[in-house]
Amino acid sequence: MTETASMQTTLQDITTRLKDKPGALLPILHEIQNALGYIPKDSITFIASELNLSRAEVHGVISFYHYFRESAPGHHTIHLCRAESCQAMGSKKLEAHVKNRLGIDFHETTPDGKFSLEPVYCLGLCSCSPAMQIDSEVFGRVSAETFDRSLVEIGA
Amino acid sequence: MAITVYISCDSGALALGAERIAQAVSREAHQRGIDIRLIRNGSRGLFWLEPLVEVQTDQSRIAYGPVQGHDVSGLFDSGFLNGSPHPLFLGLTEELPFFKKQQRLTFARVGLTDPVSLEDYLAHDGYRGLHNALTISGADIVRQVTDSGLRGRGGAAFPTGIKWNTVLNAEADQKYIICNADEGDSGTFSDRMVMEGDPFVLIEGMTIAGIAVGATQGYIYLRVEYPHAHKALDTAIAKAYAAGYLGQNILGSDKTFDLEVRLGAGAYVCGEETSLMESLEGKRGLVRFKPPLPAISGLFGKPTIVNNVISLASVPIILDKGGEYYRDFGMGRSRGTLPVQLAGNIKYPGLVELAFGLTLRELLYDFGGGSASGRPIKAVQVGGPLGAYLPESQFDTPLDYEAFAAIWAVVGHGGIVVFDDTVDMAEMARYSMEFCAIESCGKCTPCRIGSTRGMEVLDDIIKGRELNKNIPLLRDLCDTLLNGSLCALGGMTPYPVLSALNHFPLDFGLTDQADAA
Repeated sequence: MTETASMQTTLQDITTRLKDKPGALLPILHEIQNALGYIPKDSITFIASELNLSRAEVHGVISFYHYFRESAPGHHTIHLCRAESCQAMGSKKLEAHVKNRLGIDFHETTPDGKFSLEPVYCLGLCSCSPAMQIDSEVFGRVSAETFDRSLVEIGA
Repeated sequence: MAITVYISCDSGALALGAERIAQAVSREAHQRGIDIRLIRNGSRGLFWLEPLVEVQTDQSRIAYGPVQGHDVSGLFDSGFLNGSPHPLFLGLTEELPFFKKQQRLTFARVGLTDPVSLEDYLAHDGYRGLHNALTISGADIVRQVTDSGLRGRGGAAFPTGIKWNTVLNAEADQKYIICNADEGDSGTFSDRMVMEGDPFVLIEGMTIAGIAVGATQGYIYLRVEYPHAHKALDTAIAKAYAAGYLGQNILGSDKTFDLEVRLGAGAYVCGEETSLMESLEGKRGLVRFKPPLPAISGLFGKPTIVNNVISLASVPIILDKGGEYYRDFGMGRSRGTLPVQLAGNIKYPGLVELAFGLTLRELLYDFGGGSASGRPIKAVQVGGPLGAYLPESQFDTPLDYEAFAAIWAVVGHGGIVVFDDTVDMAEMARYSMEFCAIESCGKCTPCRIGSTRGMEVLDDIIKGRELNKNIPLLRDLCDTLLNGSLCALGGMTPYPVLSALNHFPLDFGLTDQADAA
């Protein structure tokens, strides 16, 4: 099966399963992003027609929410907290280190496609600030050294 | 018989390495041929001691912590499974002063039980509230909640019983219960701790709410940043269905209540109840005009209760022990307990559930032990990113909704973020405007445009440009946000901005308080 055909099958499965739920659009977008890592621009027309919405409505929802993305992320996504509690424990310095180490800014992916860096406004780990999340793993009291070590551990 | 060992699966503990410690303890026990029963409990909320390892002994649970990977074999060598001394020995968990001084009602089971064990929940007084609720009328359930004096713990502090009563009296073919689990405020994590550490209490609270007002469908709107809470809730919901605590004919009654978790997608504004409902309906999270109130016309235009996690998780104990029991805690019009979260630059960060009335100073120093850095505490932000910054001179304010309102501050969701004297309050004020600009839903002009203009004005102020012109301009802008915004995001961003300016004029390049006016 070609990549496009496989993507179409995934979209079809997800929308068929979820479209009759009340307020189905967010659950559908979540499942698509879970399956593919992002919500391809090409899928908007299909989602819109399945839910009897306009393309503008679907695009409007995707673009409203910070979490949804329309381009493929890096192999690992790093969510670095920027909120007050982490700032009180030196997250600005950590942020500078992380950006410098990866050579990218927020919302960017390293040229080798390994890492995407996203800001997050609170992970609820304020009792061990500064905090970050790499893929599904959470880290507290992060320092420049422990950040570098985490990168090594996930094979950077 | 196997010895029971507890290591938390709370994300705060996981972030400090609890998963690795749990694996190491299992491995070490296996290698030594010792039979242990490892339970992954919620967190006790003493985060400077996480990863905390507890051992069940004849007396009670004995705690060791914070345990690192290299400590594990030494713990076994010294006989920690019998509660023997070790450099990390802390004594009985429940005798630790930080824990012992608390009054845990809503958090009674968190850290004590296996979060997703229904048997454990039942063995620790779980579902007693629901049993009581099933024997009385909806109006009587609402009366208990009203009598308890419970006010919305999300931050707005609206009396929960009055909200429920409005939905009870609304005529409709369908009503909804929504749990607002979009806990986006920095410095807060009590919702997360409950959902990860005792998900059944939230499920029970929502079921009671549904039975009380005649709502048959509930949604937990959970922020996507909480994957561990999501997993715990889904597991607990499935078990509740299997055992007849959810679905049709709950516990053999004629009551029905269905419950589903829905994920948010990283929008702070969706913690605002009308924006949350738009999001649940599958739309952009744009704030709605009020009225109509959600209690009259809410989700899909139907009468809807929207309550915070802690509000709903406080309902089971109210229905179990009665509204008066709960009301006997607290002060003034702030009844019951508040789970306070100590965060930021603080030596002993964690969760402190206590009756209202304790002062900030007691929380910061008696519980929190002062700053983590050892430097003087300069400011604390109470109530999340829309809460005011308080200087040392206000630390004697008791935790009470009205006492905070009197000094133009908010208790909010009970999060306290501590800053030491290295913080630049003008930078924090700028961040508040930036946060508002990033998270604004864009529906109303003061918030959408005012936040960006606020950032620009603060940039000028930070650079020392024309303070005599820019300080009044900032105040004027804040006035517009405060009075012209549709919801609390734009309407309360002036709290941190103006409190920073009023209490810390030096950081804004002003020589004294008078210049700040």
